[in-house]
Amino acid sequence: MTELRDLTIAEGRDALVNGEVSARELAESHIAAIEGARSLNAFITETPVRALADAEASDARRATDDALGPLDGIPLAIKDLFCTDGVMTTAASRILEGFLPHYESTVTANLRAAGTVMLGKANLDEFAMGSSNETSYFGPVENPWRRDGDNRPLVPGGSSGGAAAAVAARLCLGATGTDTGGSIRQPAAFCGIVGMKPTYGRCSRWGIVAFASSLDQAGPMARTVRDTAILLGGMAGFDPKDSTSADLAVPDFEAALDGGVKGLRVGIPAEYAVDGMNSEIATLWDQGKAWLKDAGAELVDINMPHTRYALPAYYIIAPAEASSNLARYDGVRYGLREDGADLTELYENTRAAGFGTEVRRRILIGTYVLSAGYYDAYYLKAQKVRALIARDFTEAYEKCDVILTPTTPGAAFAMGEKSDDPIAMYLNDVLTVPASLAGLPAISVPAGLSGDGLPLGLHLIGRAFDEETMFRAAQALEAAAGFDVRPGER
Amino acid sequence: MAVDRDTVIRVARLARVNVPDADLDTLADELSKIIGWVEQLDEVDTDGIAPMASVADMKLRWRADEVTDGGIPDKVTANAPDPQKGMFSVPKVVE
Repeated sequence: MTELRDLTIAEGRDALVNGEVSARELAESHIAAIEGARSLNAFITETPVRALADAEASDARRATDDALGPLDGIPLAIKDLFCTDGVMTTAASRILEGFLPHYESTVTANLRAAGTVMLGKANLDEFAMGSSNETSYFGPVENPWRRDGDNRPLVPGGSSGGAAAAVAARLCLGATGTDTGGSIRQPAAFCGIVGMKPTYGRCSRWGIVAFASSLDQAGPMARTVRDTAILLGGMAGFDPKDSTSADLAVPDFEAALDGGVKGLRVGIPAEYAVDGMNSEIATLWDQGKAWLKDAGAELVDINMPHTRYALPAYYIIAPAEASSNLARYDGVRYGLREDGADLTELYENTRAAGFGTEVRRRILIGTYVLSAGYYDAYYLKAQKVRALIARDFTEAYEKCDVILTPTTPGAAFAMGEKSDDPIAMYLNDVLTVPASLAGLPAISVPAGLSGDGLPLGLHLIGRAFDEETMFRAAQALEAAAGFDVRPGER
Repeated sequence: MAVDRDTVIRVARLARVNVPDADLDTLADELSKIIGWVEQLDEVDTDGIAPMASVADMKLRWRADEVTDGGIPDKVTANAPDPQKGMFSVPKVVE
């Protein structure tokens, strides 16, 4: 049998059903792997005791034919942005160091109810603000991939960098991420795995530490498209505790995978050929078009004229919402407290000590664009541009069923390479942000290697609440790409 | 629009974040660059476009106005830096 850590979720499920492996064996092999890969810093908190308890409970259920479904016994990493009852939840911020929630986020509660095994809480950019996982208070995460002939450590992308690195390094079979502007898809592309952001409203936001509430959405990260479909099935669902949760049944996403793409209209937006996109990415995009066409899809040229304004609009809207959401960290009710002579000083000292530089920068930008005299010029303007970006998609979907673009303008970069230029860092998300602003489902599929041996991703964007068509196209893309290189293999 | 030191001080005050003097010039420079960069939105004609606050194309749901949880002061204050008798504590506010 394959090495346990090389199993996909689908294979792990089948092996558990057939009694070829126990949940305990799966958990033990991953716990050992996590201990052996601490240099990656993929986890903020490891939970081996909990994992073994979860696994034993799963095995006990299976022994009495009471298994809870396809995910029962599957070991996962949970991004440390999901509140987990009794397990430290930090959002990778000093201000939440030691925070022990007394409640469970809906997504992780759904996964627990599905019988999954929690291996630990994965590292991330502080409050999910970043594209390289270098802003974590608990230190940066290292990408398990290296450039050919160059031993410098690379970033895994962000903000779900720990989750992506853990999946790529075979430290878990899958992981939960969250995506506000690309925080699942960009690290998935950088680490050579599949990362998927569902339609806004598909997964409950309740119990996820909030960054930008009109954009935040949880989603699955795994090594195959099928695995993300299975995992999403365990995460999604209506939740009355989230006022923007969609009251819709959860489809059988896995069943949608094998429909093929014959006759599917795939939109190709010329505007995504952004400045600064390297030629390797452009070539990969062309390859992706050819793959889907060969599989029977029809390519359709579409225009999305407001694409280039998505990123600047995002960098008004997301910090504005963040500055409001992060007002709750005041040193009074939970988290860090730094004393002051009066209440205002206590707030100011606590927040100065608790937030890192990128979070502070975004809070200040957000406060600025929401402040008297600037609100209309920046925040309202950005919301209007957001409406135009959403309209671009609505009009595009009159001509096509799914949209194909690259995931990122380049491959993973070295640690420190972009950390002193905020705008250069923000440009990582230029291709993922438009779908976020429009609330649409999107997936990154590993599709090839750069000239220096790093994984590159292709990106499919679907219609709202039509993850199934997007998954179907992603499955075809994955089959054609046949990406089977592992980090450290070349 | 360029963001100057005084603006950083004013915004930091609004955001209740203490910014050390040594950081003011760097922040003014960084915020100026970012604000200057987002100002490319001025090129977009948005006349007559309604601002979009949320993609959730839905009316917010109502529920019956009744107590659904509570009675857990120990859990609510369990993570507080200085909880006292089931309450949060702050420095003296009224003399």
